[in-house]
Amino acid sequence: MRHTLSIIVADQPGELSRIVGLFSARGFNIETLSVGETLDPRWSRITIVTRGDDRTIHQIVKQCERLARVREVHDVTTRPHIEREMALITVQASAGVARQEVLSLVSVFRAKVVDISHTQLIVEASGNKEKVDTFIELLRPIGITDITRTGHIAINRLAAGEERNEDEYLLRQGCEA
Amino acid sequence: MIAPPLIKKLVASQPAPAPAEGPTGAEILVDALVSEGVDTIFGYPGGAVLHIYDELWRARDRITHYLVRHEQGAVHMAEGYARASGRVGAVLVTSGPGATNAVTGIANAYMDSTPIVVITGQVPKHLIGTDAFQEVDTVGITRPCVKHNYLVREASDIAGIVREAFHLARSGRPGPVVIDIPKDVTAARSSYSRLDHVGFPFSTGVSPLDRTSLASALDAVLSARRPVLYVGGGIANAGADELLRTFAETFSLPVAPTLMGLGGFPSAHPLCLGMLGMHGTYAANMAVAECDLLIAVGVRFDDRVTGKLATFAPHARVIHIDIDPANIGKNVAPSLSIAADARHALSELLSLSRRENKQQMQGSVDARQHWWEQIRRWQRSQPLRFSGAPNQIKPQSVIRELHRLTNGEAIITTDVGQHQMWVAQFYPFNRPRQLITSGGLGTMGFGLPAAVGAQLAFPDQLVVAVVGDGGFQMTNQELATAVQYGLPVKILIMNNGYLGMVRQWQEMFYNRTYSEVDISVAPDFVKLAEAFGAVGLRAERPDQLHDVLAAALAHKGVVVVDVVISKEENVFPIVPAGASSSDMILQSEGV
Repeated sequence: MRHTLSIIVADQPGELSRIVGLFSARGFNIETLSVGETLDPRWSRITIVTRGDDRTIHQIVKQCERLARVREVHDVTTRPHIEREMALITVQASAGVARQEVLSLVSVFRAKVVDISHTQLIVEASGNKEKVDTFIELLRPIGITDITRTGHIAINRLAAGEERNEDEYLLRQGCEA
Repeated sequence: MIAPPLIKKLVASQPAPAPAEGPTGAEILVDALVSEGVDTIFGYPGGAVLHIYDELWRARDRITHYLVRHEQGAVHMAEGYARASGRVGAVLVTSGPGATNAVTGIANAYMDSTPIVVITGQVPKHLIGTDAFQEVDTVGITRPCVKHNYLVREASDIAGIVREAFHLARSGRPGPVVIDIPKDVTAARSSYSRLDHVGFPFSTGVSPLDRTSLASALDAVLSARRPVLYVGGGIANAGADELLRTFAETFSLPVAPTLMGLGGFPSAHPLCLGMLGMHGTYAANMAVAECDLLIAVGVRFDDRVTGKLATFAPHARVIHIDIDPANIGKNVAPSLSIAADARHALSELLSLSRRENKQQMQGSVDARQHWWEQIRRWQRSQPLRFSGAPNQIKPQSVIRELHRLTNGEAIITTDVGQHQMWVAQFYPFNRPRQLITSGGLGTMGFGLPAAVGAQLAFPDQLVVAVVGDGGFQMTNQELATAVQYGLPVKILIMNNGYLGMVRQWQEMFYNRTYSEVDISVAPDFVKLAEAFGAVGLRAERPDQLHDVLAAALAHKGVVVVDVVISKEENVFPIVPAGASSSDMILQSEGV
């Protein structure tokens, strides 16, 4: 099963490779990875998407927790959460039907056109993995020449009471794929 | 008390310092080591650590440096020193090859949870990343086999890093820590005062034990009909041997130590079943195969213990107590676990048990009568044994003789292989830290340097390195170190002219195809010893064994004993790799 781990680690040189090295040394797999500053700039958050049964995931969490500069490790997937990734997609679409088709998909997926030339467009899409995958699949017949995707980031949903059901919210916007 | 900063007058020969005030990085490093209680360091100089060596020379009344002959030897010596004494071992080596030579020792200490701090020189900061002379990414190379490592960037960071490194090395599950210091950092000046108490923002404290788990564990112990205590290196590391003994005696629990656990429980104790695992005793392996409760303390369910996991302790509930939470559930999913050091957990369990009804406790102990009868039958039916031979020295008899002549009191170190298993089987260890062996990594050449380190920790005790003729040839240059410092270790070479354990596997599992295991072309070990300024002795026939060993042990200096043993002796019992522990082979066919 796919799990998204959120690892809070000291923002110091070499700490990322310590974690990545641990994954490869112990035969754990990394599907996506992203790193960024947290609210407190002394700490970074590494978000890793990995696959494994519960025991493997437990083992990964505990092995990461052994590292001297890791403060905490959460399996975000165990609780309701929001996942996002972003893709920049270069599409072959000259003025005409192809371009219109791209623009209508961009609108449906709440994506953005970020660059344009006579023959190509670069579009920016973000959402959960499934949404970005679907968007790419729909663009593919039109002609994709390049894709850059970020790793996942994820955050647990707010506690009940203050919770806003994002799926419903998005449904009302009529846009979420 | 905070000592005044070390401000020393410039020595003319010193390189031009940075204009700042205060002691140099090298001075800070040496003083920080002293403040950690380091009075012994093993090392080998080189370009990147010249400033440190210069300072060490001036500080030689505070720290004694032992010059080794290869950096691997330095780390093994520090490990021997640490494992014999319980203190943190310290090592100093240069950059590049100095660091890479140390890696085997660091990996060995990592696998066997030994607290050591290894300081490696590094090229000056401005040369890092330029493929400079003797540059290697030490932090990168050692990353997978250390608890933590550091690349020091400023002289002002040294004191805090040294303090944290020693704390990390000895706390929790002990292990090696590497501090990589660029040469310019050791020359740079910085203000410095000794650190008293440092809070570590990154380390987590000891958490209180979960009362519910403790109570359930005690219930399980009381209600078990066929329990076994499976104990490992965590006993010695936690100083839990006395508590373990009380615990086992209170509940009449059979005890099966691992290789690393030998001595953590007295082998001579009636509750001790002998070593568990691939070359363990029949009784220990059968008891685990049949037990209904396995209480695992300070162990990590290593494959050399468990064999085929699916059939390891198949009828048992498992209680796993270990200091390292990552060990729990790694190989075997326990039904109950306590992440704590053995001392903490056992003392809590014992104090909880004092509240139990005495009669009830006695009742549960009495209910194990049948179990003990069964265990005694296993012990009687298949004791450890070997057959004699009229004209050949049997390796097992060498270890028995060594045990007799040393009254079972010597500190023994070993390499890895057949001789190691014979030591484990035929030298009953009765106190923790008495056997210092390369358990997890299985490093040939560990025994001799580890003995030198252990001898330094205990100058008045008899320290014997039992090694094979293969392993001895990997680190025998450390004989020079032993002779130089007058460390009277005794080296007992179990010489069969083969890489014996590999040969045994080839005999048993590869149709006797002895592929590249013949090392009978070897130096004359007696002459080799003499060439180093040590005493060399040889025993070739059974009738010589007693006298030669006695003479070796009686000699005050370094002695190498070349014991020519029967060439194709095998270690039995053996559980073939990946087999169930109850499928052990007890002896050779046709014997």
